Amino acid sequence: MIVFERPKSLIDVPLHYCPGCTHGIVHRLVAEAIDELGIEGKTVGIAPVGCSVMAYDYFNCDMIEAAHGRAPAVATGVKRSDPDNLIVFTYQGDGDLASIGTAETVHAAARNENITVIFINNAIYGMTGGQMAPTSLPGQVTQTSPYGRDVNLCGYPVKICEMLSELEGPEYLERVTVNSVKNVRNAKRAIKKAFQNQIDGKGFSLIEVISSCPTNWGMTPKEALQWIDDKMIPYYPLGVYKDRSAGILCNPNKEEK
Amino acid sequence: MAEKVLMKGNEAIAEAAIQAGCRHYFGYPITPQTEIAAYMAKRMPKIGGTFLQAESEIAAINMVYGVASAGKRVMTSSSSPGISLKSEGLSYLAGADLPALVVNAQRGGPGLGGIQPSQSDYFQATRGGGHGDYHMIVLAPSSVQEMAQLTIRGFELADEYRMTAMILADGTIGQMMEPVSFDFEIKEAPAKPWATTGTKMARPHNVINSLYLNAELLEKTNIERYQKYALIEEKEALAEEYMVEDADIIIAAFGIAARVSKNAVNEARASGIKAGLIRPITLWPFPKAVFAKHADHAKQIISVELSMGQMIEDVQLATQCKVPVSLCYRVGGMIPTPDQVYQAIVEANEKGGK
Repeated sequence: MIVFERPKSLIDVPLHYCPGCTHGIVHRLVAEAIDELGIEGKTVGIAPVGCSVMAYDYFNCDMIEAAHGRAPAVATGVKRSDPDNLIVFTYQGDGDLASIGTAETVHAAARNENITVIFINNAIYGMTGGQMAPTSLPGQVTQTSPYGRDVNLCGYPVKICEMLSELEGPEYLERVTVNSVKNVRNAKRAIKKAFQNQIDGKGFSLIEVISSCPTNWGMTPKEALQWIDDKMIPYYPLGVYKDRSAGILCNPNKEEK
Repeated sequence: MAEKVLMKGNEAIAEAAIQAGCRHYFGYPITPQTEIAAYMAKRMPKIGGTFLQAESEIAAINMVYGVASAGKRVMTSSSSPGISLKSEGLSYLAGADLPALVVNAQRGGPGLGGIQPSQSDYFQATRGGGHGDYHMIVLAPSSVQEMAQLTIRGFELADEYRMTAMILADGTIGQMMEPVSFDFEIKEAPAKPWATTGTKMARPHNVINSLYLNAELLEKTNIERYQKYALIEEKEALAEEYMVEDADIIIAAFGIAARVSKNAVNEARASGIKAGLIRPITLWPFPKAVFAKHADHAKQIISVELSMGQMIEDVQLATQCKVPVSLCYRVGGMIPTPDQVYQAIVEANEKGGK
């Protein structure tokens, strides 16, 4: 009996990601969701610009490489080309989705575009060598915030799930992480739901995955996973921010306070 | 004789696109081309098509990129400042070898410029507009009938060569009304086995991409693309020649400038001056051979443009500077009058040349 195998939707090639980077885990979760839902043959993925720019070499479904930040607009075009037969997802980092592509993200959500968005938030620009991201934490040291992110100079991080939860448009918004087995399993559930929502015609689903970047955070992989617990999650609380079908219509964390 | 309908140029583009099988239009409001979006908004829902007003020109061109990737005929339209915003997407469409139709109803620039007609995006259109080595097929209609005809031709050429075709119109032709016939034979889109339509588990995955981190491979794709461009230059260049066979003075003009110039040529002929007109219909590929052919007998060429002199450079290159080429222009939304062009012909004729 096979108890563990590579997802069919993931091509059998070595990934280029750094040791300890969580992109590999999230790629696998996306591929598992596609396999389990039996949608590989009808899925089109949109890769971003950033560390996961070459995701088109890893996913076995049809893939499109988009310009920086424009994946939700490209996905809109693809989905509208054949809405009844295609499943479309974007896979984007924080610079791509929350900085240069903010407008495309917000408006795809506002239109409740029937697509699935996987948003990797690791609070840094990885591919270009560790610059400040729109999601870098206050005080976080990066190549372009060498004295720590000064909120008086460059403002505050963009909290995507919180921001989009104020829109009437989107169907589903959830923030998860992948820094422990428990959290990986939970992320898998969320990602699969985001695809299921699209199959059911429910609309825009975005899963924000709090991720690690040991290389540019200057940490060991283990320290980086711990930093997610210690620093990232307090600033970016996990949870379902919107699930229209289940009646969750705004940020639960905000209401608890 | 096919039935003719009275239409604005912009509406003729929209109707022709629908007849060419385009069922996806993405746009963002900007004067003077908004009639195209309005027409599409009205018609597309009735024929099972998609009209979507995007959040920006950038989003619109990327939605075009998405539909083009999926192998369907798709278009967007805008005017000069909006085309600058689309230029990023135009470069990506070129890099990924995707067919699409883009309309630029030009207005005066630079910057926000004005909303009156212009031809000052000639360089931007014929040199590509965005970054990198690439071209678009650029078609320049000078009547409402041609707005329709070249839109259909644009879709066909885009599909045949897997690249963007641009209709380089202007505010005048977009807004003016003329009778137009839609009695066209339209080639169906060819099979697109490269499109991302889902593998259906029946083939390896397709990838639409413009990224080549391997320099040798990127060089190779550029060279191959330019081999395709060379073929297009050889096969697709198109110009109208009007009374040029024996002409001493040749006007070079496209679009609305050519309409004005034709009147001036007629006036010159009536007063005994041997004037003629070469009207490029394709701006890229530029009809070099037509200009080269007449460079031997022409004494003077006048490039009549709604710009500070952009096409004139291509005229000089095409004639290898064998003939003196002068410029007759208005800019900022102004249009030369037939009389201004006639005066330029008279002066050129007095000067002689060569």
